[in-house]
Amino acid sequence: MKMLDLMSGFITELRNAGLPVSLTENLDAMEAVKEIPIEDRQAFKYALGATLVKSNSHWRAFETIFEVYFSLRGPEYNIVGDGSPDEAELWREQQDAQRQGEGRGQSGGSMDSLTPEEIAQMLVQALMNGDQAMMRALARQSVQRFAGMEPGRPVGGTYYLYRTLRNLDLENMLDKLMQANRDAAEEDLTPLEERLERDEFNNRIDRFKQEVEAEIRRRLVADRGAEAMAKTLRKPLPEDVDFMHASREEMQGLKKALQPLTRKLAARLARKRRHGRRGPLDFRNTVRHSLSYGGVPADPKFKYPRPSKPELMVVADISGSVAAFARFTLMLVYAIQGQFSKVRSFVFIDGIDEVTEYFKATEDIGEAIHRVNTEADVVWVDGHSDYGHAFEVFWERYGKDINAKTTILLLGDARNNYHATQSWVVKEMRKRGRHVYWLNPEPRSYWNTGDSVVGEYGGFTDGVYECRNLRQLEAFVEKLA
Amino acid sequence: MENGFESVQQVRDGLKKVNYLADEGIAGVVFLAQRLGKPILVEGPAGTGKTQLAKSVAELTDARLIRLQCYEGLDESKALYEWNYKKQLLRIQADKSSDSWSEVHDDIFSEEFLLTRPLLEAISSTDPVVLLIDEVDRVEVETEALLLEILSEYQVSIPELGTITAKQIPMVFLTSNNTRELSEALKRRCLYLHVDYPDMEREKEIVQTKVPDISANLADQIARIVRSIRQLDLKKAPSVSETLDWARMLMLLGIENIEAQEAKETLHILLKYQTDIAKAAKELSVDK
Repeated sequence: MKMLDLMSGFITELRNAGLPVSLTENLDAMEAVKEIPIEDRQAFKYALGATLVKSNSHWRAFETIFEVYFSLRGPEYNIVGDGSPDEAELWREQQDAQRQGEGRGQSGGSMDSLTPEEIAQMLVQALMNGDQAMMRALARQSVQRFAGMEPGRPVGGTYYLYRTLRNLDLENMLDKLMQANRDAAEEDLTPLEERLERDEFNNRIDRFKQEVEAEIRRRLVADRGAEAMAKTLRKPLPEDVDFMHASREEMQGLKKALQPLTRKLAARLARKRRHGRRGPLDFRNTVRHSLSYGGVPADPKFKYPRPSKPELMVVADISGSVAAFARFTLMLVYAIQGQFSKVRSFVFIDGIDEVTEYFKATEDIGEAIHRVNTEADVVWVDGHSDYGHAFEVFWERYGKDINAKTTILLLGDARNNYHATQSWVVKEMRKRGRHVYWLNPEPRSYWNTGDSVVGEYGGFTDGVYECRNLRQLEAFVEKLA
Repeated sequence: MENGFESVQQVRDGLKKVNYLADEGIAGVVFLAQRLGKPILVEGPAGTGKTQLAKSVAELTDARLIRLQCYEGLDESKALYEWNYKKQLLRIQADKSSDSWSEVHDDIFSEEFLLTRPLLEAISSTDPVVLLIDEVDRVEVETEALLLEILSEYQVSIPELGTITAKQIPMVFLTSNNTRELSEALKRRCLYLHVDYPDMEREKEIVQTKVPDISANLADQIARIVRSIRQLDLKKAPSVSETLDWARMLMLLGIENIEAQEAKETLHILLKYQTDIAKAAKELSVDK
């Protein structure tokens, strides 16, 4: 009965976090739980994951919620941090090692009697040797000691994390480790070896950080209860992260999510182009196939249609707030550029510059984007968005290149700092080109408030689309190609 | 297979015996699939041993592996069953005079005239089988529907013949390279397993298992370099099979200790894009 409550709370939270868990999957999870004991926590986690999470990008959200709901289960995860036999044993081993190594005698005891310096010393040792069990014990000890957690204190987990890590001086840990490693090695390390060692230590430090985080989370759950904790930890899934308000970590997640998405999108578009429409009769092929029916053309064959690919011009505002959005759209467009016959891109703030060359020069989209941000000449007067001037110059310089096959994408929030809009340019674009679309990364409710003039431009386009996250962007691009 | 697996650990040990090093997640899901009698949908980057998993499980359970390779345009006559038209025609012509029409009619739609294709073969088989539906993301969404009946009920309905139900429940693996989103209906019927690049320890073990003569030192170095390369922002990260190729090549060249120079010269085994190679070479040789 207890289990049932726990599971239904867990699944409700998964749904709250945006994971699509259907009823059958819920039932499957219940079945799976019967087969695998909860004490085997890793296997238990994977059992739940296999039945409830059907997409890899949702795995992290699942993991977090799992930690919250099940972290207090099982004997080894109870909160009382000190004096458990495991730790005492580890501690004794460590003591022995120290005595042999440095000849520094010390009476045995639990970790509580150590000074902070000794803890730090032990941490260096554990990280040097990659001793997983010791790292975990130390993580718990240092949280208990340094985080200063008090029941009922309304502070986020990151605060405790910061306090703990600062006390351990984890920032300089890498240098310390590298130094210790260099001292220990008999001869000089080659650059390659040094690089590999650095990666290894970085990896271990990350693992240690995760241990600390997990410990803090466990204690918070014990204090506040799973439901409240899950709520504070709830984060949007990668495809729902808002471009304009993404944290650095979320940006990383977005970038990772973008790549498989472009692959999928390209495959889907290519397929769409090949199917659905039938070309004219392929006479030769039909006759050849008629032979197996005694010369009767029973199975008519058709030529593959070869629809023309659209030409694309992307005109993007890359000023502060919307830069991230422009970057993602450019990345996406270039990742699937095979689906267009030609892609040209322009960026502006109050001046405008063509950046197509940057993308042609290199295969690495990331590098091209970097060059766009650093080299493109987009400032005319003061570096505040001026859509009107940028469009005017665009029309003057590149307007003649727009033809009946061209689709134009305008990206930006249309916050024009009360300059003249020059919306006639958009009107002309539409007259000459095939389509003009506007993508706005702001929520629809903010449009036309303050200095936003998206309505004024929007009237002359074929549509203004809200594009706040990957999901919306993907939907739009699919429609486009 | 008759007794089934006892525990996750048993699956893991068993797979290790047939040279497949499973991590906890893989072993756990295989165990669960066998217990619940559900198919497994395996997703992940190319070259991480998705297909090999099915093969290894077949070897472990002493079952026959039946493989359906998916491709665009796959239809039921190639996946499920087909009537043997020629044989039917012969049957009708063989004794035109003797039989009455209704007899012939009943006769030519019997199992004798049925050509079984992989899916039907898997469920009508009496000996244990492992069914591998490879690269299921390549078929069109409409064709996916063909799989639904067999995946949830382990049966195939043939209009002229009735429903053929499985004599024993086979283990089913579907693999996908994630080139498109599979339908909800399909996902719902499967257990989901994401196979990612292995962590360093496991990769080292894999290298040691698959390249038997390799020294522990070299395997360790290889695993560490590959991990560092995977951390870079690349177009295509090296897969496990590429790691193995690299290990074999280093063995052939008689290299015992990888220096920056050798690593750079053999990078093209690991990486397949020129920009990636340049980037990795730069990263590995330059150090602050």
